[in-house]
Amino acid sequence: MTLMKSLMAGCALTTLASGAAMADPALIYDLGGKFDKSFNEAAYAGATRWVEETGGSYKELEMQSEAQREQALRRLAETGANPIVMTGFAFGDVLNKIAPDYPDTRFAIIDMVVDQPNVQSVVFTEEEGSYLAGVMAGMASQTDIVGFIGGMDIPLIHKFECGYAQGFKATKPEGKVLINYTGTTPAAWNDPVKGGELAKAQISQGADVVYAAAGGTGIGVLQAVADAGKLGVGVDSNQNHLHPGSMLTSMVKRVDNAVYDAFVAGTDMVPGVKVMDLAAGGVDIAVDDANKDLVTPEMQAAIDEARAGIESGAIEVHDYMTDNTCPVQ
Amino acid sequence: MDFATIIQILDSAVRLMTPLLLACLAGLYSERSGVFDIGLEGKMLMAAFTSASVAFVTGSAWLGLLAGIAGSMALSLIHGLASITFRGNQLISGVAINFLASGMTVLLGIKIFGLGGRTPALTDGGRFNEVTLPFADALRDVPILGPIYSELISGHTILVYVAFALVPLTWWVLFRTRFGLRLRAVGENPASVDTAGVSVTRLRFAAIALAGILCGLAGAYLATGLSAGFVKEMTAGRGFIALAALIFAKWRPWNALFATFLFGLLEAIANRYPNLDLGIVTVPSMFMNALPYILTVIILAGFVGRAIPPRAGGEPYVKER
Repeated sequence: MTLMKSLMAGCALTTLASGAAMADPALIYDLGGKFDKSFNEAAYAGATRWVEETGGSYKELEMQSEAQREQALRRLAETGANPIVMTGFAFGDVLNKIAPDYPDTRFAIIDMVVDQPNVQSVVFTEEEGSYLAGVMAGMASQTDIVGFIGGMDIPLIHKFECGYAQGFKATKPEGKVLINYTGTTPAAWNDPVKGGELAKAQISQGADVVYAAAGGTGIGVLQAVADAGKLGVGVDSNQNHLHPGSMLTSMVKRVDNAVYDAFVAGTDMVPGVKVMDLAAGGVDIAVDDANKDLVTPEMQAAIDEARAGIESGAIEVHDYMTDNTCPVQ
Repeated sequence: MDFATIIQILDSAVRLMTPLLLACLAGLYSERSGVFDIGLEGKMLMAAFTSASVAFVTGSAWLGLLAGIAGSMALSLIHGLASITFRGNQLISGVAINFLASGMTVLLGIKIFGLGGRTPALTDGGRFNEVTLPFADALRDVPILGPIYSELISGHTILVYVAFALVPLTWWVLFRTRFGLRLRAVGENPASVDTAGVSVTRLRFAAIALAGILCGLAGAYLATGLSAGFVKEMTAGRGFIALAALIFAKWRPWNALFATFLFGLLEAIANRYPNLDLGIVTVPSMFMNALPYILTVIILAGFVGRAIPPRAGGEPYVKER
């Protein structure tokens, strides 16, 4: 037993030493999976960019179940990966627990604030990007009714909804926003059938622009919207290419930039809260070949005005998560 | 709530109930023959994946449908092999099928398409399009009946009509044919069927093969009818709701139609009115979503009449002790 212990200690020491010498960064993807065409894939794109530019290598892990989170984090930390970047709010509690155990390792968590001396918390101002999407929806809507379909009913998604509603109401004060959430369990992220049905219900109530912030469910939403000849708004990654001509825009979160920055900073990453806002290019609306015909000059002017207002502080977009209420409905 | 809204909600309910109805009938055949089938979810998921994959590669929804049936049938045969031939526990075999489907679909999806378990979006030929019934457009302006015919009855994919046609067909097969009589008997008292010289094993395999076909239709409808491609875990518990509907329906085809319609309607109402305002109280959407399960518990508790499963259900048949 004693021999075993010392052997194990020896092993641990060697791995730690070799790890410190290499200090490869690591990236952990959340349950959505690496190629979700959305949030996690953006993180992967950031890591890939870093590899192309530096020629370095990194470790990666895809979560398969809730139970793996702590084990995965500890394993990566013990193999000497540094810094360790993880995508998704769901890592919050686990990271808060294990970060003190590895004081020499730097962690970065996206979409969540974890108050530990060796953790960088990257948060995005989704409400600002969604506000711009709302402005576009307001300009594009003929019926003055637009829809929002969220995935799991959690405060983070209400933040998207609230920013969108504010942007829409700023353009069409008398307009109406229809709001649906797919469910209250993680299964709500992967139910395209229900997403499509919710979209059809909103369209039948007059909505002609529908914003989907719902992961895999959003695929069904955008499909139903495109089938009905209405306009969809994608989320996280640029989803405009999914239905060219039927996508008004996508509210992109530059998760790739967050991962890239963390990897570049390496062990010198600054702990604390890092806010990726509109001014810093953390969130934006996507305009490319697939949707540029839908963006009229008047719409562009309204976007530019709103963007300037947000960046200068003249327009203050309320963040739902500060008080769990939304000023407009 | 005006008439057009009611039509829209009913229309949505019809779309939502179809996969439930197909899966429920699948469970009906299987359980009437004495083989419990909690693998409905897994079979639908596998069928959704194979149908979406093949429909994408070949560009044909019909080939996709065949592939969906094949995928679901393969799992049915595994279930049969484990629980009929080798007399294993039917529930455990069913659970294993759910896990197998959940893992295999994502694994194969990543391996083949590299999209994190999704299949690429299907274009027109790969999807079942909505069928416009004759005179649907001409009759649209007739009051009351016009919208009912042109919006509620017309304008669904072919699989919806197949599902509805299967209800009387299932009733006829089960209650008016020799095969149906034997099938029901084998679920109640397999020894007597065996004594009469009919093979219990063969009958049960026939029943689960039918269940495989029906789950294949359900999965294909989800992936190539309602949506345009496969997303991991896209069945989202519909197989289990179908099981609940089967108990609710007391293992009868016409009741299955009403039970699944009720569940579809509840979901459609919850979709349309996230917070249902009844004037005095506002019903939150969580309650609406939970209602199918609550109703099933009420049924099981015996408030709405007893639901008695086939007597030999869950027990493998052993010829000689």
